[in-house]
Amino acid sequence: MSRVPKTRKEMPLTPLSFPTVGSMGKTGTWRTFRPEVDYSKCTRCTLCWIYCPDAAIIRQADDSPKIDYDYCKGCGICANECPVKAITMCREEEE
Amino acid sequence: MMVTVKEFSKEEYLLKGHAACAGCGPAISLRLLFKALGNKIFLVVPACCTTVIQGPYPYTSFSVPLQNVLFESTAAAASGIVAALHQRNVKDITVVGWAGDGGTVDIGIQALSGAAERETDFIYICYDNEAYGNTGMQRSGATPYGAWTTTTPSGKRERKKDMPLIMAAHKIPYVATACPSYPIDFVSKLRKAKEIKGTKYIHILAPCPTGWRYDTGKTVELGRLAVQTGLWALYEIENGKFKLNPPSDRLIDKAKRKSVKEYFALQGRFRNLTEEDIDRIQKGVDEDWENYRAQTSCSASDATLHGKI
Amino acid sequence: MAQMIIDTANHIAGYAAKAARVKVVAAYPITPQTTVVEKIAEFVEEGKMDIEYIRVESEHSAMMACIGAAVTGVRTFTATSAHGLALMHEALHWASGSRLPIVMVVVNRAMGAPWSIMPDFSDSLSQRDTGWLQFYCADNQEVFDTIIQTYKLCENERVFLPAMVCLEGFILSHTYMPVKIPKQEEIDAFLPPYKSGWTLDLNDPISHANLVSPEWFMEFRYMIQEAMENAKQLIPKIDREYRERFGVEHGGLIEKYRCEDADLLLLTMGTMGSDAKIAVDNLRKEGLKVGSARVRVFRPFPTEEIGKLAERAQMLTSIDRHISFGMEGFLATEIKASVFNRKDKPLVAGYIAGLGGRDVTSGTLEKIAKKSLKWMRDGKVEKETTWVDLRE
Repeated sequence: MSRVPKTRKEMPLTPLSFPTVGSMGKTGTWRTFRPEVDYSKCTRCTLCWIYCPDAAIIRQADDSPKIDYDYCKGCGICANECPVKAITMCREEEE
Repeated sequence: MMVTVKEFSKEEYLLKGHAACAGCGPAISLRLLFKALGNKIFLVVPACCTTVIQGPYPYTSFSVPLQNVLFESTAAAASGIVAALHQRNVKDITVVGWAGDGGTVDIGIQALSGAAERETDFIYICYDNEAYGNTGMQRSGATPYGAWTTTTPSGKRERKKDMPLIMAAHKIPYVATACPSYPIDFVSKLRKAKEIKGTKYIHILAPCPTGWRYDTGKTVELGRLAVQTGLWALYEIENGKFKLNPPSDRLIDKAKRKSVKEYFALQGRFRNLTEEDIDRIQKGVDEDWENYRAQTSCSASDATLHGKI
Repeated sequence: MAQMIIDTANHIAGYAAKAARVKVVAAYPITPQTTVVEKIAEFVEEGKMDIEYIRVESEHSAMMACIGAAVTGVRTFTATSAHGLALMHEALHWASGSRLPIVMVVVNRAMGAPWSIMPDFSDSLSQRDTGWLQFYCADNQEVFDTIIQTYKLCENERVFLPAMVCLEGFILSHTYMPVKIPKQEEIDAFLPPYKSGWTLDLNDPISHANLVSPEWFMEFRYMIQEAMENAKQLIPKIDREYRERFGVEHGGLIEKYRCEDADLLLLTMGTMGSDAKIAVDNLRKEGLKVGSARVRVFRPFPTEEIGKLAERAQMLTSIDRHISFGMEGFLATEIKASVFNRKDKPLVAGYIAGLGGRDVTSGTLEKIAKKSLKWMRDGKVEKETTWVDLRE
């Protein structure tokens, strides 16, 4: 975040934007449904990881998914695509 | 030869916390683009959803050099970048134009046609969500027959412009179709395109929950259905030689294709289709496949000249 | 030794692009610009220019290709006229907003409808507010020198803006004149290798020109204005340095001729400035204290210099090869704006002349001057804007 300008003098001459995780903030706050992984069912196929539009599923060393709830928008593609139904979408309020 | 998605890199160059809608097909496609090509690329992006996906200044969700350009100018700006890299004798950077369907088949077709005719050495990708999504889903030349858009409230009455075939008519070395629901196919095509000199055109069908009016979890399923029904065929035209790719290559037999109804049933944008409309669309799809069959069997050099797809 | 050649302004523009060692040229043909891009094609085919020459399919693409090349770190050049320039319009904003030092020759031609291939400034002046520096040339030597000077200016870190070097179609574009072309080593010593404010770089990936919210937008606009003001300081300095090296000078922002003791000044742009000098000489023979001030740089506009001229002169008369429909010529408007807050402001009268290539001679200018002198003596401008030689 050191490259965030404050004053005009610190600004570049034309908008040069630098790569930032959360360029749109913590997009996890957009979520209505929350994916929950049942690791006992997961076969480590990594399909949920490759199909996540938000890069919010971290592929762990053993290829199992770890959902980054700070950024997961809750679209449900992972749950829909999981071949063994190891991911369930749960309403956030139910937590 | 890659067989599973497990071989894809864990590196992410589309960073989480970007501004795409939940369930965005183009966002999946972008991740696959980077899985295929890595980060030694210059990305040229016109006005389209990807403008927004970056997020606002001073941040961006992309960690590759990205130049935003005017709506109709993707291929022209890319031409300048390619020329300058050549002058500087830089050889390890792939220039990629990444534009939506409106920016490609409508307002950007002139610049793209010019760049292709000049044999500009770059990859152009049209991510097609079949309407002007970023402006709120207005009809484009890529909107299919019957689809609701905000400017065709009762459904578009004309067919979708066949852009891949238009590009093939430029006799460029590589034209392909793809869909993010088939990541291995898409990534393989990108990797192949990277190794070919000249203009490479890849047209991907990228489902859009916001514009197509379906549940955000169904993006990948819809892409799959588009392919399984034969509405979207996965193929490549390499040096004029037409070839259907799996699983489309198994669908020449009509009995193996799902009914287009399955695809329409999931989407609000096709809610107003009548039985007559559906019959008409099904007939059009079947005709297309007769042409695919003809192209697959005819001589390679004539492949792009035969029939309408 | 410098080389003296006799050639047209368009060909001279090609020589200048070559001398400036541009790396990428992207251009599309349009009359009367064509011989600029033909000359460059000739240089390329002869192996005299080692460039990427992109023969684009439109002027819009020409400018966007220049933008692409400039962000990739090379010096770029293009040329166009009239409708080609108009087609580039949004790309002109994109170039200046991206702060790219692109230099473009504009061979001035009237905008249609109806079709005309003859000159006026309706094409380039319609692009007044695009954030491009605008230079207007009076002869072929100035075309060469200004192209070289503008690269140095535009690539100055206090500027980093694109520039148009304007020359009138046919009056200059296809007219042969002797031009002194300095030796390449001397030009290289004057004009260092390409420099820009930023480039696309694998080692520092950035997204350029993504969405900017209202909390940041105005500052980027202010910085362009600041760069324009900086250019105003630098233009006379660069022109002077050029004279010291090559012995030619073009007046910096305004080329002044016999202005020191003049009561009336004729303000012009482009080739009309040369005719104005002849008119001034003739009027002086009659004992009339008239001077000529040729506005060489229209953006940034030399407001302060106009103000200085107004200290002595009692009347300023502008002759515009341009009309802003519903108002007057731009030059007249800018001059009035420049003197408005002065205590002893001079009278200002505007004339519209030479549209669509209609001839404007020194005789025409003498008549205008005499009428202005009468109004000056009466202390009253009878007519704000007068159209010259208009059919009844």
